[in-house]
Amino acid sequence: MKLHEYQSKAIFAQYGVPIPNGKVASNADEARQIAAQLNKRVVIKSQVLVGGRGKAGGIKVANDPDEAEQLADQILAMKIKGLPVRKVLVDEAIHIAKEIYLGVVVDRAAKCATMIGSAAGGMEIEEVARTTPEKIVRIKIDSAYGLLEYQARALAFALGIDKTLVRDFTAIATGLYRAFVATDATLAEINPLAVTAENKLIAADGKIVLDDNALYRHPDLEQLRDIDEESSEEQRARNAGLSYVKLDGDIGCMVNGAGLAMATMDVIKFYGGAPANFLDIGGGAKADKVKTALEIILSDPNVKCVLFNIFGGITRGDEVARGVVEGLKGIKTRVPMVARIVGTNAEEGRRILADANMMTAETLEEGAQKAVAAAKRMQ
Amino acid sequence: MSILIDKKTKLLVQGITGREGEFHTKQMIEYGTHVVAGVTPGRGGEQVLGVPVFDTVAQAVAQTDANTSVVYVPARAAADSILEAADAGIKLVVCITEGVPVVDMLRVARRLAETDTRLVGPNCPGLISPGKSKVGIIPGAICMPGPVGIVARSGTLTYEVLHALTQRRIGQSTCVGIGGDPVHGLGFIEVLEMFQNDRQTKAIVLIGEIGGTDEEKAAAFIKKNVRKPVVAFVAGQTAPPGKRMGHAGAIIEGGTGTAAEKIAAFQAAGVPVARFPGEVAELVARRLARAKK
Repeated sequence: MKLHEYQSKAIFAQYGVPIPNGKVASNADEARQIAAQLNKRVVIKSQVLVGGRGKAGGIKVANDPDEAEQLADQILAMKIKGLPVRKVLVDEAIHIAKEIYLGVVVDRAAKCATMIGSAAGGMEIEEVARTTPEKIVRIKIDSAYGLLEYQARALAFALGIDKTLVRDFTAIATGLYRAFVATDATLAEINPLAVTAENKLIAADGKIVLDDNALYRHPDLEQLRDIDEESSEEQRARNAGLSYVKLDGDIGCMVNGAGLAMATMDVIKFYGGAPANFLDIGGGAKADKVKTALEIILSDPNVKCVLFNIFGGITRGDEVARGVVEGLKGIKTRVPMVARIVGTNAEEGRRILADANMMTAETLEEGAQKAVAAAKRMQ
Repeated sequence: MSILIDKKTKLLVQGITGREGEFHTKQMIEYGTHVVAGVTPGRGGEQVLGVPVFDTVAQAVAQTDANTSVVYVPARAAADSILEAADAGIKLVVCITEGVPVVDMLRVARRLAETDTRLVGPNCPGLISPGKSKVGIIPGAICMPGPVGIVARSGTLTYEVLHALTQRRIGQSTCVGIGGDPVHGLGFIEVLEMFQNDRQTKAIVLIGEIGGTDEEKAAAFIKKNVRKPVVAFVAGQTAPPGKRMGHAGAIIEGGTGTAAEKIAAFQAAGVPVARFPGEVAELVARRLARAKK
C-alpha cells in the first residue's frame, strides 16, 4: 500500500527528518488559507499515487494566496495518469541548491534493508541506476543493530555532503531508517533531499510503500489508504481474501494459485487471446469464493469468456467441480465458460461441469484455445 | 538419494493443533512421513493423530530427536516459530505460512545466518521426495520416484508440472517449493547445487516467475556449475509492471524482474525455456532420452 507525499513526510517528521512547513488542502479555498498563513511563496503539489506529477503539470509555484487559490483550483480538477487529484499539498517554497536521493529498500538478494544514496537527486532512482550507476551508493543495514552512525557518515562523505551538514545528514538517514522499520515499509524514500540556498537539509518530497502483509499491526496506517488507488473490484476482491488485478483483455481467468494464474494468462496470450484479469482464488475452490470471484470478473464489461483453471490436488477434482457449479448458482450471464480441471478425480470433475453446460478441457492449452475461440465468437 | 528430506527425516509439526496443521499432518502420515512430534504452546501432553504434542520445540527435540520442522502457524507467529526451531537445533525448517511481514523475514534471515539451520519458504508448498517423505502440502498422489529434481517459486504451477511428468511416467527425486515471498530461505542456487551433487537426480526443472533477479542469477550459476540438463519455465509474461501478482515477491519494479529478461538469461545460459507449463515435461523427456544415449 502506497502513502501520499503529505502522509509520508508527516511520518518522516516524527523521526526527526526536517520537512517544509505546509498543509494539505481538499479545495482551493483551503489552499488560499494555508498560503496566507505561510505568508510566503508556496508550492501547490497534487497528491496522487503515481510518479511524474511535475511533468503532468501537477506541481506549480504560487507567489501569493490569490495565485495559490487559482492554481489549486486548476490542479484539483486534473486527472494524472487516470487518477483524480483529490488533495493538494501546500508547502512553503524552498530555494534548492542541490538535490540528493536517499531511500531505504528491501534488498531481496542480500536479505537485508539497504540504504541507497545518490548525488543525482530529483530523478527517479531507477533512471539513475540505468544511466549513471556509478552515482549510486548502497549501504547494507544489519537488522540487529539498525543503521549505524558511521555508516550514515560514510554515506554523507561518499555523496559529497558539505562537512557542516554531515551531522544533520546522519540524523536524517537514521531517522529515515527508523521510520522504515516502524511502519513496516518496503520502501521509504526522500527524493529530493534538498540542500537549500541557506545550506540546510530538508525533505522536499517523500514516499512510503507499506508491506501489505504487515498492515494488521498498523491499523492507524491502514486508515490512510487511498481508495482511488484500487478499482472497486480490486477492493471487493481484497475484502473477500482474493488476489485480483484487472487487465485490459477480454478473457476472464479464475485460477487457484498465483503462479498457475500467471501461467494461465501467458497461455491465453500464446494462443492469440488477451487476459482480462489475474485472479487467484486460493486453495480448493469453495462455492462462496467462486461466486464472489465470478461476480468480480463479470463486472468487467470487456469480459467475453471466462476460463477456469483449477488444480485439484489435495482438494479432489470432483469436489472442486461441485464448488464451481454451486458457485455458479444465482449468477445470470450469457458469457461462455470454459473449465479445465486437473489432478485427482479430474474426469469426474469434468463430467459434473459438462452437465452444468460448461465447456471443459483436459489440458491448459486446450482450455486456453477454447476460451480464445469462444471470446472471438462473442465479439 | 534425494535432497533435504528422505526416510531419515523425523518431522516435528509446529501448529499441529490448528486446522491446517492437523489436516496436513494426516496427509503427511498417510504418505509415509515419519511425524514424531507436534508443538502448540499450552497444549503439551495432548496427542493429535497419535502424535505427542509439546509446549516448546526444545522439549519436542529433547524427547523425540526431531531433525526437521514444518510451520503451519498464523503469519503473525511464523517468524517466531522459525527462530524457535532454529534455536532448538532443528536443521531444516519448512515454513508453509503465507503473509509473513517482510521485516520479520529480514530478522529471521539475519539470525539464521548465524546458525546451520536451513529454511525453506515461507509462503511455499514445502517439499517432497517421492516414495520417501513429504514435508508440507504437495499432493503425494501426483508424484512418483524418479530422476527429475524440481525447484520452484510457486505451488499449483509446480503441481501442474509434477502431474504432467508423472503422467508420462517420469518420476522425481525431490521437489522443492522455495516460496513466493521476496525474502525467503533456500534459493534456486542452493537447491541447484544440491541437485547437481545428488546421484538420483539426472535432470532439473526450474520454475520461476516475475520479480527480483533470482532467475538471472540462477541462469549464470547453471552456466558455470551445473552439468546436468536443466529445463526452465517463467510465469508472468503478461503481467503488468507495478502490480503484485498474488505472491508478495511477484512484482515488476523499476523495470526489473520481467519475464522477458529472465527467459533471455536462461536462453543465454543454454537452458531451454518451455513456452507453456505443458511443454516442460516434453522438454525433460527429450533431454533425459538424449542423456541416456
